[in-house]
Amino acid sequence: MTASATLALGNPSLDLAKPLPSSFLGVWIHPQSGLLRRVGFASPSSGLAVSCTMTKEVTAVEASKYENPGFGLRPDSFGRFGRFGGKYVPETLMYALTELEEAFWALSKDEEFQRELEGILRDYVGRESPLYFAERLTEHYRRSDGQGPHIYLKREDLNHTGAHKINNAVAQALLAKRLGKKRIIAETGAGQHGVATATVCARFGLECIIYMGAQDMERQALNVFRMKLLGAEVRAVHSGTATLKDATSEAIRDWVTNVETTHYILGSVAGPHPYPMMVREFHAVIGKETRKQALEKWGGKPDVLVACVGGGSNAMGLFHEFVDDRDVRLVGVEAAGFGLDSGKHAATLTKGEVGVLHGAMSYLLQDDDGQIIEPHSISAGLDYPGVGPEHSYLKDIGRAEYFSVTDKQALEAFKQLSRLEGIIPALETSHALAYLEDLCPTLPDGSKVVVNCSGRGDKDVQTAIKHLHL
Amino acid sequence: MVVASKASLSLLPLRSSSGISFSCRPSSTSISWGRSCTPMASLSVASAPAISEIFSRLKEKNKVAFIPFITAGDPDLSTTSKALKVLDSSGSDLIELGIPYSDPLADGPVIQAAATRALAKGTNFDGVISMLREVVPELSCPIALFTYYNPILKRGIDKFMSIIKDVGVRGLVVPDVPLEETENLRKEAVRHKIELVLLTTPTTPTERMKGIVQASQGFVYLVSSVGVTGARTSVSSRVQSLLQEIKEATTKPVAVGFGISKPEHVKQVAGWGADGVIVGSAIVKLLGEAKSPEEGLKELESFTRSLKAALP
Repeated sequence: MTASATLALGNPSLDLAKPLPSSFLGVWIHPQSGLLRRVGFASPSSGLAVSCTMTKEVTAVEASKYENPGFGLRPDSFGRFGRFGGKYVPETLMYALTELEEAFWALSKDEEFQRELEGILRDYVGRESPLYFAERLTEHYRRSDGQGPHIYLKREDLNHTGAHKINNAVAQALLAKRLGKKRIIAETGAGQHGVATATVCARFGLECIIYMGAQDMERQALNVFRMKLLGAEVRAVHSGTATLKDATSEAIRDWVTNVETTHYILGSVAGPHPYPMMVREFHAVIGKETRKQALEKWGGKPDVLVACVGGGSNAMGLFHEFVDDRDVRLVGVEAAGFGLDSGKHAATLTKGEVGVLHGAMSYLLQDDDGQIIEPHSISAGLDYPGVGPEHSYLKDIGRAEYFSVTDKQALEAFKQLSRLEGIIPALETSHALAYLEDLCPTLPDGSKVVVNCSGRGDKDVQTAIKHLHL
Repeated sequence: MVVASKASLSLLPLRSSSGISFSCRPSSTSISWGRSCTPMASLSVASAPAISEIFSRLKEKNKVAFIPFITAGDPDLSTTSKALKVLDSSGSDLIELGIPYSDPLADGPVIQAAATRALAKGTNFDGVISMLREVVPELSCPIALFTYYNPILKRGIDKFMSIIKDVGVRGLVVPDVPLEETENLRKEAVRHKIELVLLTTPTTPTERMKGIVQASQGFVYLVSSVGVTGARTSVSSRVQSLLQEIKEATTKPVAVGFGISKPEHVKQVAGWGADGVIVGSAIVKLLGEAKSPEEGLKELESFTRSLKAALP
C-alpha cells in the first residue's frame, strides 16, 4: 500500500525524523497506455508515517505539463532518453529484456520484495551511508578572505565491499532469483562490480561468472582474488583491447547464448533498456538519503553534486533524486587520462560522438570509421569508451555539466584526501575530488557541495605505489 | 562484356594508410576507382539481381539458395575480392560480406578473430567499398552487407545507403538493430532500393516474429540457435518447427544461419523446408587459418562446392 502522504519533490521544509526506507521509488509505466507514474513505498518495518511519495501521471504528449518542461520522460517506453538509450541488441536478447522489464515493474510494487531488499541494504550492505562533513578538505578550499564552500562526502565507500556497486548487485540478484535464473554473469572493469556480484551470488547461492579484460585483471589483482575467494569464476577476456568494453561484449555474447538460464547483472547505467533505468533506480537510494541527510544537517538541499563518471552509475544514483531540482547543480567528472588532446583518455562526454555501443545509443569514443576506440585511464572503473545514455541526455539538455581530469590530477587528489581526511579514496572517486580544485574557487561562500565518495582506494594501492613516490 | 571493358585498364593496387585503394591511372596517388570509371561501373552494377528476385527464380526450380558469409579484409582485401569470385563461380546464390567491427556482439570467436585480423591490417569501410566497386561488376550473384549499426550511424544512414548502393550492394543485415529501431533504416533502405533483411530467433515470441517477417525484405533470416555465430556439431531440431511457424506467417523466403558448417547440416536444413542456407564461421575459419591466401582460396572452392552439392 502506498503511504497516504504526498510529498512534492523538492520540498525542503518537511521534517523527517526517521531514516527513509531504502526501497527504490519505482517509475511505473503502464504497459498499454504508456502512462508514467512515480510511486513510492513506505516500508512497514520502519514505522514511517511519511514517505517520499509522488503520484503524477504523465503521458508522452503531456510531457510539457510535467513539472520540468523539456525534460521529457526518463526514459520513455522504448527506453529512450531523448534520442539516447534504446535496445540495440541482437534479436535473441529482445525477449529477455522485455521479461526483465516486466519483472522490474512487478517488483517495484511488490511489498515483500521491497522489504527484503531494504533489509539487506540495511543489515548486509550497511546502509544508510553517512553524509560526512569534510572539515579539513573544506578548510583547504577556504579562500584567503575566509570564504568558501562546505564540502560533504557521501560515504558510499563505507558500504560492504567498499563501493556503491553493491546497491545494484543486491537488487539485481534478488530480481534474478524471482525470475528463476540460477546463473549470473557480469562484466567488470576495476573489479568492484565483479566483487559486488560475486558477493551477492555467495549470499544468495547463485552460480557466478565474471568477465574481466586480461589487462584489467593484471592491474586489479586484489579484486580478482577476492572474486575467486567468494566463489566466482573469473574469465579473462583477451579479445579486442582486453579491457572493460571487451569484457562487456563478451558478457553480452554469453547472455545471448545462455539467456534462458542466465541473468546478466550489468554494472552500470549503460547497456540496453531496461538496464540504464533499472540500475539508476537501484542506486537512487544514494540521492534519496542525501536529500534527507542534507535537510537534517543544514536544513536545505545541496547546491552542487559532484561525482565521477565511467559508465555513470554512482553519478546517476546521486543525481537522480535531484534532477528536477533546478537549483541543484549536477557535475560529472570523467577521466582525461594523459590529457584530452593525447588521444589517451576516457572523456566520452567531452570528446565522444553519438553512436551505438553495447545496446544503447549514447556518446562514445570512436574513430573515423565508426570503430570503438580503446580508452585510457589510470582508473580501470572509468576506462570505458561509452557512457550511460541518461548522462548523454542530461548533457544535451544542459541539465548536468561534465568535465574531466587527468591521471595526474586524480593521483594528486588521491593523496590529498588521504592526507587531509584520513580517507583513501578509489582512483575513480579521486577524479571527482580532483575537480574540486577548479570548482571551489568559483563557488559562493557557504555553498554546500556533496561529492559522491563512490569507493575506497585499498584496491588501488598497487597502482598508486607505481606512480606516487612517497 | 564486363570483363572485356575492364581489360583495357591497368589496375595498380595502392596501399594507403587508410586501406587499399585502386587507382586507374599509373601516375595518380589515391583517386578512387569510382570517380574515373563511373560510367562502366554503373552499367555493370545494375546487372546484379535483387535478393528477392534470386529467391523467386530458385523457387521456380525448387532449389535452395546457398549463401556463404565472409569477413572483408581477412586475410586481406585482395584475397576477399578473389574469394568473392570463387564463391560466385562455385555456385553461391547470394553472398554475405561482413564489415569488420571492433565490438561484434553477435559473433563467436571465429568471426571475432577474423574481424580483429582484418582491422589490424588496416581494413576500413572505404577500403571495402573500393574493393567492391571493382569486383561487383564481375559477380553474377548479389552481395548483402553484414554490419553492426555504429559504422552505419557514423556515416549517416542516408549516406551509407547511397554509398553501398553505388557499388552494387543489394542487401543489408544489421544484427544489433531490433525491429523497433529499424524504422529509419528501413525507410532509407527502401529509398535506395537496398533490401533490409531482418533476423528472427528461437527466443522470439510468435507475435513478434510475425512483425519481423512482415517488415523483412529480401528474405527472413532465421537464426538457428540461441547464441552467437560459430560452428556447432549439429543443427538444433527447433529449426524445423520454427521454419514451419514462420512459413505459416509469411510467403517470403526463409534462410537459416548460425552454426551450419557441414554438407550434412546443409542437407538437413534444406530438407526441413528452408529456402536458403547460410554458412559463415566454417568458411571464415578456412580462409583465416589457411597456410597462404592461395591455399585458402583453393580450399574455399572445394568446400563451397561440397556444401552446394548437398542442396537440391
